[in-house]
Amino acid sequence: MSEINATSDGVMSADPSARYYVNEHHPENGTLLGFWLYLMSDCLIFACLFATYAVLGHSYAGGPTGVELFDLPLVAVNTALLLLSSITYGFAMLEMQRKGLRNTLIWLGITGLLGAGFIGIELYEFSHLIHQGAGPQRSGFLTAFFALVATHGLHVTFGIIWLVTLMFQLRKHGLTPENNRRLMCLSMFWHFLDVVWIGVFTFVYLMGVLT
Amino acid sequence: MFEDTSTTQLIFGRMSWESIPLHDPILLATFISVAIGGTAILALITRFKLWGTIWRDWITSIDHKKIGIMYIILGLVMLLRGFADALMMRAQQAIAFGDVAGYLPPHHYDQIFTAHGVIMIFFVAMPLVTGLMNYIVPLQIGARDVAFPFLNNFSFWMTTFGAGLTMVSLFVGEYATTGWLAYPPLSGILGSPGVGVDYYIWSLQIAGIGTLLSGVNLIVTIVKMRAPGMEMMKMPVFTWTALCTNVLIVAAFPVLTAVLAMLSMDRMPGTNFFTNDLGGNAMMYVNLIWIWGHPEVYILILPLFGVFSEVVSTFSGKRLFGYTSMVYATVVITILSYLVWLHHFFTMGSGASVNSFFGITTMIISIPTGAKIFNWLFTMYRGRIRFELPMMWTIAFMITFVIGGMTGVLLAVPPADFVLHNSLFLIAHFHNVIIGGVVFGFFAALNYWYPKAFGYKLDEFWGKLSFWCWVIGFYVAFMPLYVLGLMGVTRRMSQFQDPSLQIWFVIAAIGAVLILFGIIFLIVQLYVSFRRRHALRDVTGDPWNGRTLEWSTSSPPPVYNFAFTPRVHDNDTWADMKKQGYQRPRSGFTAIHMPKNTGAGFIIALLSTVVGFALIWHMWPLAILAFVATMAAIIIHTFNYERDYYIPAEEVIRTENARTAMLEQHV
Amino acid sequence: MSNQHSHEHGHHEHGHAPSTFKGYMTGFVLSVIMTAIPFWLVMDNVLANSSTTALVILAFAAVQIVVHMVYFLHMNTKSEGGWTMLALIFTIMLVVITLSGSLWVMYHLNNNMMPGMMPESAHAIHEMNEMP
Repeated sequence: MSEINATSDGVMSADPSARYYVNEHHPENGTLLGFWLYLMSDCLIFACLFATYAVLGHSYAGGPTGVELFDLPLVAVNTALLLLSSITYGFAMLEMQRKGLRNTLIWLGITGLLGAGFIGIELYEFSHLIHQGAGPQRSGFLTAFFALVATHGLHVTFGIIWLVTLMFQLRKHGLTPENNRRLMCLSMFWHFLDVVWIGVFTFVYLMGVLT
Repeated sequence: MFEDTSTTQLIFGRMSWESIPLHDPILLATFISVAIGGTAILALITRFKLWGTIWRDWITSIDHKKIGIMYIILGLVMLLRGFADALMMRAQQAIAFGDVAGYLPPHHYDQIFTAHGVIMIFFVAMPLVTGLMNYIVPLQIGARDVAFPFLNNFSFWMTTFGAGLTMVSLFVGEYATTGWLAYPPLSGILGSPGVGVDYYIWSLQIAGIGTLLSGVNLIVTIVKMRAPGMEMMKMPVFTWTALCTNVLIVAAFPVLTAVLAMLSMDRMPGTNFFTNDLGGNAMMYVNLIWIWGHPEVYILILPLFGVFSEVVSTFSGKRLFGYTSMVYATVVITILSYLVWLHHFFTMGSGASVNSFFGITTMIISIPTGAKIFNWLFTMYRGRIRFELPMMWTIAFMITFVIGGMTGVLLAVPPADFVLHNSLFLIAHFHNVIIGGVVFGFFAALNYWYPKAFGYKLDEFWGKLSFWCWVIGFYVAFMPLYVLGLMGVTRRMSQFQDPSLQIWFVIAAIGAVLILFGIIFLIVQLYVSFRRRHALRDVTGDPWNGRTLEWSTSSPPPVYNFAFTPRVHDNDTWADMKKQGYQRPRSGFTAIHMPKNTGAGFIIALLSTVVGFALIWHMWPLAILAFVATMAAIIIHTFNYERDYYIPAEEVIRTENARTAMLEQHV
Repeated sequence: MSNQHSHEHGHHEHGHAPSTFKGYMTGFVLSVIMTAIPFWLVMDNVLANSSTTALVILAFAAVQIVVHMVYFLHMNTKSEGGWTMLALIFTIMLVVITLSGSLWVMYHLNNNMMPGMMPESAHAIHEMNEMP
C-alpha cells in the first residue's frame, strides 16, 4: 500500500549497526486519518438507522404516513440552510489557508448560525408532529423516522457546540497547526453531516411522499 | 416513608431500599466478601502510601505498556467473576433433576448465565486481547507509543467503568435475565421492566465507546507510526492481525451502539423498534445484533492467531511459513466475517434461499483459517521445536480449536442447525473455539510476553500444572455438552426432568472444577514467579531468541521504548538484526519527546458512568447534571494544549547506560 | 510550556492539496442543482411514474454524495497514502451489505413469519380474528 520512507543503507560509517536505527524520528501526525476512521464508524451507525427505517418504514400501525406528515417546503428550507452552511464552512477553511483569523471566525460564526437555524426548524417540525399525535411512540415507521432524523440533528448540535468551542480556542491560540487540524476535523464532520442529510431528505422525505 | 415523595423520586428515581438484594443469601455472602476484601485492599494501599503512585503512575498513565497491563489485570479479575458464574451454573445443572430444585431459582440462574456471557466476552476476552495489542504493537513496529495516547487511557477507563457498572448490578438492583444478547421482546420494557436490562445496555454502551476509540487508535498507530523501512508486508504477523482486528472493531461496534440505543429507546421513551405491536419488528434486533456479533468473535480470535504465528516461528527457530498467505488469509477472514451473520439464526425462519447463502459463506470462511493451521504446521516441520509453555499452549490450541471449528462447520449446515440450534451442542462449540482459541492463546501470549513486560519469566512448574488442568478440564467439561446437545438438551435450563442426563452434567461439573484448579494454579504461578523473580530474571531482553522488534528492547522496556527508532530492512526484523551482528548503540542519545500523563480520561469516564447509572435508575436530574458535567469535562480537556514534554537526554543516557552495564555483567 | 514543535511536515500531508474557492463554488452549485431537481420532481409530481421518480432522485442523491466527497471532503486516492480511500471503500461495502442484507433477510423473515402483513395491508389494522 504505502511506504513510510524509502529504505536506504545510508552513508557508509564505521558502525555497521548504524543502518539499523535512525537518530531523529518524528512520526507523522495521525489526527486527520483517525478522525476520518471515526467518521466511517459514524457512517455505519447511520447505515443501521437507514436499514431500520427501510425495514420499518411502512409499519404505520394504522397511523399517519409520510404522505400525510411530511412538509416538503420546510424540508427544502432546512436542506438549503445545511447546504449553505457547508459552503460557509468551506469559506472558513479558505480563510484558514490564507491565515486570516478574523475572517475564519466570521465564516465559522455564520456556519454556526445556519446550523442553529437548521436545528431550530427541525425542533419545530418535531414538536408539530408530536402535537399531531405523530410522535416516535406512535408506530414503527415514526420510531424509525425520529431515530434517524434526530440522530442526525444531535450530530449537528454537537457540531455546533464543537464549533463554538473551537472559535474560543482560535481566539485564544490563533491559527496554530493544532487548531488547523481541529478545523479540518470539524470540516470533515460538517460535510459528512451534509452527506448524510442528502440520504435523509432523499430516502425519507422525498421517497416518503412518493406513492 | 418520606414526607416529600416527589423529591425522593427525583433524586433516587426508581431506586429504593428493596433494590438491595438482602434477601438472597448468595448475594449477601458475596457482598460481605467483597466488602471485606475491598476494605482490606484499600487499607493496604493506604498503609503503604501507594495512592500517589497509583494515581500518578497508573491511573493517569498514557503509556501504552501500563495501559496494556491494566487491561490484562481487568480481564483476569473479571475472569474470576465470570468463572464463578460458570461454577454456579455447573453446580446447579449437576444436581437439579426431577424433584430436586437445586439452589438457584430460575430468576437468579437466568441472571447468572446472562452475566457469564456478557462478562466473559466484553470484560474478559476483549480486555485481554486489547491489552495484548496495546502492549505489543507499538513495540513491534518500533514506535514509542500509540497514535493517540490520551484516547488510549480514556478507552481503558471506559471499559473498566463499564465492567464496574455490571458489577454494581450484583449489589444494587439486579441483572438482565435475557441471555448475553438480550433479544427483545423479552428485553423490552414489557418483558423486563426492571433495571437489569438497563444495566446491560449502559455497561455495554460505555465500554463500547472505549473499544471503538481504541480501534481507531490502533489502526492509525499501525498505518502511521511504523519505523522507517517497515512496509506493510514487513510487519510482524501479530501486527497484521491487530490491524485487521481493529478494522473489525471500527466497522462492527457502531452497529452494537446503534442497536443498543434503539433498545434503550424502546425501554425508556417507549418507541417501537422491536415491540410486538405498533409496527415494531423484534427480528430486526436479532438481525442487527448479529451483524455486530459475528465480526465480534473474529475480533476475539484474530489477535490470538497472530500470537500463534509469533510463538510457532520463535519456538521452532524458523521464519513463519507462508507469510504472504497468512496476511491474505487474515484479510479475507476480515471481509468474509461480514457475510455470515445469519448463521446465528438459521431457525428464525428466513427460508431456504437465505439460509443456503449464509450456510455456504460460513463454510467458505473456515478455509482461510484452515490455511493458517497448515502454515503453522509447515513452520514447525523441520524446525528445532522447544516445548516451552507458549508452545504447549499453542499445540493445545491447534488440536482444540480444530475440533471446535469442525463442529462449527457442522452447525453451518442449516438442516443440521435446525436440530442443534440453541442446544448444548452449540454451547460446546463456541466454548470449544473461544477457550481453545482465545483463552489458550492468551495463556500462550502471557507466558511468552510476561518476561518482556515485567523483567522475569513465569515459573514453569506451576505453569505446566495450570496448563494440564485447563486442557484436561476443558475436555472433561465440554465434551459431555456435545453429547447432551446431540441428545436434544436445550441451553439455559436450570432444571431437568430426565435423570439419565445427570451423569453427563456431573462429568461436566468435574471438568469445571479441574478448570478451577487451572485458574488457581495460574494465580499461584503469578505469585511464585514474583517471589522467584531474581532467579527467573530476563537480563538480555530476549529470553526466547525472539524474531521481532519488541525483543530488542530491555525487559521491561524503558518508558520511551527505543532510544533510537529502528530502521527496518527485512521481515523478522530482530532475527535479521541479530544475524547481521547488530550491536546496540551506547552513545549519542538525545532528549525524547513523549506525551504527558493526565487524569482527564479517568474523570470523563467516571462522569459518563454516573450518567449511565442515573439513566438505569431513572434519576433524571442526576443524569442531566452528570451529562452536562461530562460535556464540560470534555470541553475543558480540549482547552489543554500542553500535553507533552521531553525526557531529558541525561535521563535517556542514564537508562541506556544502566542497560549496557546489566548486559555486560551477564555476558 | 506551550509546544509549538515543528513536527509538521508542512500543511501538506500526503496528497493534501489546498482547497480553492473555485472548488467549493463548483461543488456548491452542483449540489444546489442536484437538490432542487429532486425536490421539484416530487413536489410538482413531474413524472407520471412514481417508481421512475424514486430511481431518479436516488440517482441524484448518489451523484450529489460523490460531489460532496470530491469538492467538499477532497476525497482522492492520494490522501493518507490511499488509506482514506480504502477506508471509504470498505465502509461503503459494509453499508451496502448492511442495507441490502438486512432488507433481504427481513423481507424473507417477514414473509415467512408474519404472513399477510404485506405493505399493501399496512393501513389496515391487523385483525386477530382474521388469522387462519
